[in-house]
Amino acid sequence: MLVGDRGKYLGIIMGLTFASLLITQQSSIFTGLMTRTYGAITDLSQPDIWVMDPKVLFIDDIKPLQDTELFRVRGVGGVEWAVPLYKGLLKARLQDGNFQICNVLGLDDSTLIGGPPQMIEGNLSDLRRQDAIIVNDIGARTRLAKRPKEGGGKPVPLQIGDTLEINDHRAVVVGICRVSRTFQSQPVVYTTYSRATVFAPRERKSLSFVLVKAREGENLKALCERIRKSTGLAAYTAQEFKDVTYNYYMKYTGIPINFGIAVMLGFIIGTAIAGQTFYNFTLENLRYFGTLKAMGATNGILLRMILLQALMVGALGYGLGVGCAALFGYLFQGTELSFRLTQDLLFVSAGAIIIIIIFSALISIHKVMRLEPAIVFKA
Amino acid sequence: MSTNGMAVYCKAVTKTYITGSTKVQALRSIDLNVRLGELLMLVGPSGCGKTTLISVIAGILDHDEGECLVFQQNLRAMGQTQKTRYRGANIGFVFQAYNLIPTLSVMENVAVPLLILGKSRAEAHSRAREILVHVGLEDKLKVLPGDLSGGQQQRVAIARALVHSPKLIVCDEPTSALDADTGRLVMEVLRQTALSADRSLIIVTHDNRIFNFADRIARMDDGRIVLVEPQVAHQ
Repeated sequence: MLVGDRGKYLGIIMGLTFASLLITQQSSIFTGLMTRTYGAITDLSQPDIWVMDPKVLFIDDIKPLQDTELFRVRGVGGVEWAVPLYKGLLKARLQDGNFQICNVLGLDDSTLIGGPPQMIEGNLSDLRRQDAIIVNDIGARTRLAKRPKEGGGKPVPLQIGDTLEINDHRAVVVGICRVSRTFQSQPVVYTTYSRATVFAPRERKSLSFVLVKAREGENLKALCERIRKSTGLAAYTAQEFKDVTYNYYMKYTGIPINFGIAVMLGFIIGTAIAGQTFYNFTLENLRYFGTLKAMGATNGILLRMILLQALMVGALGYGLGVGCAALFGYLFQGTELSFRLTQDLLFVSAGAIIIIIIFSALISIHKVMRLEPAIVFKA
Repeated sequence: MSTNGMAVYCKAVTKTYITGSTKVQALRSIDLNVRLGELLMLVGPSGCGKTTLISVIAGILDHDEGECLVFQQNLRAMGQTQKTRYRGANIGFVFQAYNLIPTLSVMENVAVPLLILGKSRAEAHSRAREILVHVGLEDKLKVLPGDLSGGQQQRVAIARALVHSPKLIVCDEPTSALDADTGRLVMEVLRQTALSADRSLIIVTHDNRIFNFADRIARMDDGRIVLVEPQVAHQ
């Protein structure tokens, strides 16, 4: 019956598509953003445990430690190795005189543990050369790019051999890497720990994190606990530190509520459009529902009929909405936009659409169940 | 009194509609019998209770007092689902406004009662095709009701009412939306295809042009049957 009423059929599908698109797309952007908050932790896959000041709330909340803390951590039983990591925002002066804040990571000088997950040009070991830095590809192409040679031309990406000034210190690009995008989206600059402390303004404490590898077979939670007890520092497994960072953004920023409002809006608008149109369709077809009842269709048959129609438009609307959201994500791949469509989000979106269609169907079912078949004799 | 050989037996049936403090007595102690194989017409002015009476007989409305048996079955005593199923199996309906589902083809519309009864789609369509041939619409099987004339739509409605071989057919003003010739044609189809020794027809009508198709005419006024008279033409 519903398929025959083209206007209402398309109206309901549009409403559900819009709801599904908005819910999936906004949730995916939210998930993408939240994934970026701990992108730096994801990129450092070698260490099992992150050790830091107990007051640290998230990855970019740097509260430096004394360098001697590294040796205290190394002394804890069950630690295979422990290396220092510098992390900080430093000002870089570009060749054209502009300044750009960069996210500088200083790696252990001897092992270079904590380096970028993927090198595009050059080698990680080149960091051992004088004044060497490695920059990420997006930073090199965009914010650190050189001015075009001709006015109106495209900026020239930073290349191996180019120089920058970081806090008045010369830095030479020796490699280009690819890293996970971070929440702050500044260019990422890798260098050695000792050089990073030279680049950074002079402070009494400069150690941001201690990266720890546990001995084989060691229980990571137990090791974290031992490190806490013996050093008084905070120690988290990589996953725990991701959770700490994620929870900070969830609790202390307006991101969840902003996206939550957008998702809720999609849900409400979808419910309103689909519910209203489905109900109108039912009202306009009451005579036929009455006729079916008079001809012997039980409430069970009519219930299945309405649910089948609701499920059909729900499946179509959901499929179209999720498809559009996926297409959106595909088109914006590799841009500043954070978009991460996970399987869980598909289930969430499906759940929301099921709730919308059940609600839409219920108000119609209520009307049809109470319908007196005697309506058929009214002209 | 024996109800053998009777399709419908109504004794002292009353029905009152209550809306807020307003009470309207639609049926006042109705006594009416419809015999097997009989075409009975219910006639009378608007608001006299004709539609209420066929609603009660067809089991889509419960009466308040009295007794109403349809093929010896007291529909009021049945549960809602049981009554609905009984209606589906034993009663066919023809409506003034046809009530054909506009998005289904002629054949699909006619197949609906069989599908409700749980028959397979193939069986329902096959039977629908047979009955449509019977009412002269074999060339309209795939057509939507909106593309048919009023007379053709009413013939589809008759086919739908007959397709599952019900024992009683209830028609509400089947010719009032049709011109005289088409109305006569529809009544001829109804009499020829619907009426048989084991099936009865009750037709509510205002249309005195079709009175001569009846076996008996029951005249109603103000909720009462005031006269039941035989029609000579079919005696």
